[in-house]
Amino acid sequence: MVYLTRRCEFSASHYYHNPEFSEEENRRVFGKCANLNGHGHNYTLEVTVKGDVDPQTGFVVDLKELKEILNREVLDALDHRHLNKEVPEFLRRIPTTENLAIAIWDRLEDKLSVATLHRVRVYELPDLYVDYYGEE
Amino acid sequence: MKAHLTRRYIFSASHRLHREELSDEQNRAVYGKCSNPYGHGHNYALEVTVSGQVDAATGMVCNLVDLDETVRREILGRFDHVNLNRCGEFTSQVPTTENLSEVIFHILKQYFTAAHLERVRLEETLMNSFEYCGGN
Repeated sequence: MVYLTRRCEFSASHYYHNPEFSEEENRRVFGKCANLNGHGHNYTLEVTVKGDVDPQTGFVVDLKELKEILNREVLDALDHRHLNKEVPEFLRRIPTTENLAIAIWDRLEDKLSVATLHRVRVYELPDLYVDYYGEE
Repeated sequence: MKAHLTRRYIFSASHRLHREELSDEQNRAVYGKCSNPYGHGHNYALEVTVSGQVDAATGMVCNLVDLDETVRREILGRFDHVNLNRCGEFTSQVPTTENLSEVIFHILKQYFTAAHLERVRLEETLMNSFEYCGGN
């Protein structure tokens, strides 16, 4: 079994707000992330797939195919978007980095034909990232 | 849905790797230039990984403000800009980065209870890093 990780970047805006919370509670729980005018990040996404190395090609996965899937399923949907307003998963769910990692996993899991998705890592900042390994 | 969240912190400290019961020659053989009598320092990068179910109301594993406060108070407050050899934690053990990782893990385990502590990873330099996940 070999693990392969592909890294890509996207930029998006978001805010954290739970309509069931009072404004005070939103401010207390989410701090400045609750500002409804939103703010943005340059996100770094690392997608790790695993599988046996194909004896014919020496590959775990065709990187070109992986890149195409990432571009189509993730980057086209998220890059230079407002996550709360333009990405269906976040119309009702708060676009925290945790939920973003889960949403990206869900977008990719069934689309990868040749390798198995192992981990989705999303960096919101260089000093903050979330890992999701699917349902544990 | 369980996710892993990692936050990175920086602190600077000095240490000397040296055991009283060994001769200078033996210390030099075991610890090399790390046993120089006046010690030396590092900028340590600490990564703290916690895990838990993503809260449906907040979208978060835990509130980062709480994690930051605990790490700043209990770890950075204790180890930033100090001589590790003079800290109580290292009166009877050598302040190697292995031991420091273990010490930090146990302090955080005690003081941060809002999510499960998965791992402490400590970079001593860009070339060396150490991980401790609890247990043996």
